[in-house]
Amino acid sequence: MKLLRRFYAALTITILAPLAMPGAHGAFAQAPKPWEVGMQPAANLIKQKIIDLHDLVFWIIALTTVFVAALLVVVMVRFNAKANPVPSRTSHHTGLEIAWTVIPVLLLVVMSIPSFRLIYYQDRTPNPDLTIKVVAHQWYWEYAYPDQGDFSIESRYVRDEDLKPGQLRLLDVDNQMVVPVGKNIRILTSSPEVIHSFFVPSLGVQRYAIPGRTIETWFSVDRPGVYYGQCNQICGADHSKMPIAVHAVSEQEFKTWTEQQKKSADAGAPAGAPPRLLAATDTTANQVQR
Amino acid sequence: MADTTHDHAHGHDAHGHDHHDHKPGFVARWFFSTNHKDIGTLYLIFAVVGGVVGGILSEIMRAQLQFPNNHIVTDGQQWNTIITTHGLLMIFFSVMPALIGGFGNWFIPLMIGAPDMAFPRLNNISFWLLPPAFVLICIGLFMGESGSGWTLYPPLSNATYEHGMGMDCTLFALHLAGASSLLGAMNFITTIFNMRAPGMTMHKLPLFVWASLVTAWLLVLAVPVLAGAITMLICDRNFGTAFFDPQGGGDPVLFQHLFWFFGHPEVYIMILPGFGVISHVISTFSKKPVFGYLGMVYAMVGIGVVGFVVWAHHMYLSGMDVDTRAYFMGATMVIAVPTGVKIFSWIATMWGGSIEFKTPMLWAIGFLFVFTIGGVTGVVCANAGIDEVIHNTYYVIAHFHYVLSLGAVFSIFCGFYYWIGKMSGRQYPEFWGRVHFWLFFIGVNLTFFPQHFLGLAGMPRRYPDYPDAFAGWNYVSSVGSYISGVSMLVFMYVCFKTFTSKVPVADNYWGEGATTLEWTQSSPPAFHTYTELPRIL
Repeated sequence: MKLLRRFYAALTITILAPLAMPGAHGAFAQAPKPWEVGMQPAANLIKQKIIDLHDLVFWIIALTTVFVAALLVVVMVRFNAKANPVPSRTSHHTGLEIAWTVIPVLLLVVMSIPSFRLIYYQDRTPNPDLTIKVVAHQWYWEYAYPDQGDFSIESRYVRDEDLKPGQLRLLDVDNQMVVPVGKNIRILTSSPEVIHSFFVPSLGVQRYAIPGRTIETWFSVDRPGVYYGQCNQICGADHSKMPIAVHAVSEQEFKTWTEQQKKSADAGAPAGAPPRLLAATDTTANQVQR
Repeated sequence: MADTTHDHAHGHDAHGHDHHDHKPGFVARWFFSTNHKDIGTLYLIFAVVGGVVGGILSEIMRAQLQFPNNHIVTDGQQWNTIITTHGLLMIFFSVMPALIGGFGNWFIPLMIGAPDMAFPRLNNISFWLLPPAFVLICIGLFMGESGSGWTLYPPLSNATYEHGMGMDCTLFALHLAGASSLLGAMNFITTIFNMRAPGMTMHKLPLFVWASLVTAWLLVLAVPVLAGAITMLICDRNFGTAFFDPQGGGDPVLFQHLFWFFGHPEVYIMILPGFGVISHVISTFSKKPVFGYLGMVYAMVGIGVVGFVVWAHHMYLSGMDVDTRAYFMGATMVIAVPTGVKIFSWIATMWGGSIEFKTPMLWAIGFLFVFTIGGVTGVVCANAGIDEVIHNTYYVIAHFHYVLSLGAVFSIFCGFYYWIGKMSGRQYPEFWGRVHFWLFFIGVNLTFFPQHFLGLAGMPRRYPDYPDAFAGWNYVSSVGSYISGVSMLVFMYVCFKTFTSKVPVADNYWGEGATTLEWTQSSPPAFHTYTELPRIL
């Protein structure tokens, strides 16, 4: 009974949480929803293309599965021992065998054309407007803005006891990654210790953060709001406690925000100190890989 | 399956039945065993033990994930150790021992008309390497020090982040289990190539034997790569090398390449023998020869070959060049074709048949259904572009449990009900067999189907706790896992009823549909079979 009560409590929270969300941020927010059965909606063209391809593939596989299931039903009805007491001895049919080899090949070709185009589109952006270095640590994210004044921020999850009303447990963070809307943002992932994965479902972006190398990818965001993601490669005891929150703002707000960050970074650093280097870049990574 | 084989070899063993079967005493028989049937039995018992422990771990995991908020396993490291051990136990200590060691040892010699395996003592050590490996992996579990996931990726698995001896125990357990598989595989290859009865040509080999042959080759080619990788990992951990440590010039991604060069063929190692079992069962209960025998054989060979050149589809996000990703994507999609050939050939085998829905056939039809679902979601995952948002999510968990926890495990139960009469000489209870099937079928589908939804919505794997929005489907999934847990109790009851049954079974209790050589032997077969070789016409 106690378990059941907890379940209903959890359910209530999950149903109410998204309703409460806009109030908390005063803006649009994209997080997973209770009882969601499909992908999170797209917040940019990359994710839209992923969803479109997934829709195509989904229809192909769904029809294949239904077709196989229907054949199974037909076989079970028509050819059970009662309906068909004398089995045939057929064990070859060249035409059929060619058909069930060639038709799947054609289906694969149909899906592979948009699929190949998609991975080349996702891979890199030819002209990034800004670069953000994503450095993954056990167990928090560090976001550095090398071409916006070379400051960096650290982003940690909000502990249960510190959650404000409307904040999402294991999704909200203390310092969000702030990005300008509509810009092509180059992401460079790295890590100084173990492998993590930078994953924001609604932005259609994910890359491992691997010690010893820097991996490039990109995204853009179409409308202002907060987009949630999580670390997606096992990284130790608190793997589930390093969520990602990308806060997309207008270009003007982004300028203001970077100015503030620069100021507080300058204030924090001792006078005359060299510009701050990232842990990963100073020891290991010096080559950008695709 | 050669439909010619049913008119071979009558009476050859008629006088063999009152055997000069001097069975050795208990210790000599079960501990120093060189008899393929006894070793097969040991493997099957071992697989049940491994499966029960791995299954208990999965019930703990589902109980934890039933509600958000970390209420059972509160320590992340302990959680990671549980998921690691669950994966390794199910793969190396349950599915492989059951399908390859258990059914392979029992039925390959019986099906090809060989008196025993080629190297009986090698066979003995193949088995006896496993129990110490099992003990080592349990040490890793109870010390709570192997929290790297079954993929063992460094740096998380190196000495800085997993400093305890438990991780070394787990790695060494894999060495032992790998050596065991390797020796077993060499034994199978030699047996199948050299000990076929006169007239049993390669193209008359029963499909289970073909499946085991391809599997054995995959093992011989893949396991040494794993052994190399974990040897380097052990050296990194204990002897100051830096194969996978960037600070010493090494590369963590190198480990991923080596691991998946083994790891991808490994999934075919688990499913191919299952394909073999399913072919026999479908043919038997449809009372028809397998449709497109040669197509079935070369589909398996094709899957085995292509299975070696697709490994990096597990690493789309590891920073590989986009052209490399495009290649691995294309190669991976190709595998759908021979797999489709198999599915359609099985259905064509049933087409025109006179199907009896005995328990083994239920499992076989269930297999076709769940394996199709697991197969088509594999096509989704193969698309590197889509993988960008489902990599490492519950979608992948659902996909590989549909092919393994459902596909491979269905084929194991299928083989169990098909052959238990042959192996034990006793009748299983048909009613309870059906109850077992339906409970398990409902349970596992309820467990894993909602995980597709969780994955599409973005729930990462290996999480002891998750955002509250994922609570609903996780609850459903946990309920499903309890149902499949109950079905395992039914399975235990089935075993109990079978082994205490007084109902004897005939030599060929499935009748006209069962045409392979093992059905010419008594149930259970004599301790030594084929003292005179059968002749296949």
